Amino acid sequence: MEWILNNLPRITDLTLAHLLLALPAVASAFLIALPIAWAANRVRPLREVVVSGTGLLYAIPSLPLFIVLPIILGTGVRDTFNVIVALTIFGLALMVRSAADALDSVDSGVRLASTAVGYSPAKRFFSVELPLAGPALLAGLRVVSVSTISLVSVSAVLGVQSLGSLFTDGFERGIVPSIAAGILMTALLALLLDVLLIAAGRVIMPWARGGGR
Amino acid sequence: MAIDFQNVTKTYPDGTVAVDDFSLHVPSHTCTVLLGSSGCGKSTLIRMVNRMVDPSSGSILIDDADVATTEPVALRRRIGYVMQDSGLLPHRRVIDNIATVPRLNGESKADAHRRAHELMDIVGLDSALARRYPKQLSGGQQQRVGVARGLAADPNILLMDEPFGAVDPLVRVELQRELQRIQTDLRKTIIFVTHDIDEALTLGDQIVVLKKGGEVAQIGTPENIVEAPANDFVAQFLGLDSARRSLSAAPREGGGWLVSDGRGRPLGVVNAAPDQRSETD
Ligand SMILES: Nc1ncnc2c1ncn2[C@@H]1O[C@H](COP(=O)(O)OP(=O)(O)OP(=O)(O)O)[C@@H](O)[C@H]1O
Ligand SMILES: [Mg+2]
Repeated sequence: MEWILNNLPRITDLTLAHLLLALPAVASAFLIALPIAWAANRVRPLREVVVSGTGLLYAIPSLPLFIVLPIILGTGVRDTFNVIVALTIFGLALMVRSAADALDSVDSGVRLASTAVGYSPAKRFFSVELPLAGPALLAGLRVVSVSTISLVSVSAVLGVQSLGSLFTDGFERGIVPSIAAGILMTALLALLLDVLLIAAGRVIMPWARGGGR
Repeated sequence: MAIDFQNVTKTYPDGTVAVDDFSLHVPSHTCTVLLGSSGCGKSTLIRMVNRMVDPSSGSILIDDADVATTEPVALRRRIGYVMQDSGLLPHRRVIDNIATVPRLNGESKADAHRRAHELMDIVGLDSALARRYPKQLSGGQQQRVGVARGLAADPNILLMDEPFGAVDPLVRVELQRELQRIQTDLRKTIIFVTHDIDEALTLGDQIVVLKKGGEVAQIGTPENIVEAPANDFVAQFLGLDSARRSLSAAPREGGGWLVSDGRGRPLGVVNAAPDQRSETD
């Protein structure tokens, strides 16, 4: 406990660094997954290939990816950009399937009705299909958020600063409270982000409250 | 606005011939009912009017203009469409659902909402429901919202595909009455699809009885069709040949008459015999 209090400024800095790696990755995974999922649903024969294919990306071991990516991207191993790209790839692996399923689950009666009253295809996508896929998209996003927060820590092995650095330092120097703080803060951060996402969902999608059809 | 189907055929990509060489004149300001059993091509026909489905051959004219020459999205925005299970947008409040088409047409939110409130009144919806989401309404209320949405842009043509198919019989009758009342005022050109004979007889100025493949078995007024079914198919479909519509009356103990159908199933009571009534009328 005392160790934690003494090192509070460092823990705060590392938490911030952790967020700066995780948040851009979660956001880009979400934004990139949407058009891929949309296209996969449009070109039916390719759907399973695309969705399962991106899903397999999750099987890439994370540490080698962190090391190989810089060679492809031409960045340094410790570059945060490298880490964010790697995390985005893992996020995509989870999000493309969620997004494809979410967009697919929109009731066909509602699609038909919105076409019948005069929505153009683009307008229908953004004003009807996307919002109605919202709850399922949010469920996918929550999984990506938790998974990303936990994966960020791996990059500490490369020397990129994050809450994971509390583990690596703790192991190297035999400071148990440092390891404990790392675990605790990572879990808290994942929880906090999850709660924020749920809250945002309730505000943005009031119609989805209390179950529904 | 009159609608003309001219030798319309629709073959779906899988080879199903849903409609085969169908022709029909739908006069302005009247309600034409397409009556037929499941799969006979009613929805296919009605959807060809607003280009949800394009015919494989033949054409559909609205006031002598071929719909094929009209841009589909613009066409749909000037034709009201009401379907079974209302097809309301679950994420929009009642008021916004009704205002959908005016909003798509670029009307301001305030104007569209004002109009939507008027329509709620016209279709008999309490204005307290305006802020609810569709799933917070009963099936009958949802159908009313569907009708209000169909009327919102003040279209000349209203397409109704089994709009009251999913509500219980009492509510259905109430909705039919409401529609008749609205139609007396608004005099839209309506194409109304149903497989319910009573509904067709209640609402139709003109009834088109359809066989499979959109083949016309008979076109006529409700009276024409009941009095002079053109063929066995029509008679059978309406139950005219069966015992269902041949009624008989027997005197009741307490006075009046008990009316039964040909199978002896009691239908109701009349207080005076028909011949006595016509004398007092
Ligand atoms: N998109 C489609 N692709 C292939 N066949 C179709 C399609 N839509 C309808 N059909 C077929 O065309 C025929 C007519 O269908 P339609 O939906 O017009 O019938 P309906 O009279 O409206 O039936 P219901 O009363 O059940 O709604 C049916 O055999 C149906 O299976
Ligand atoms: Mg149908």
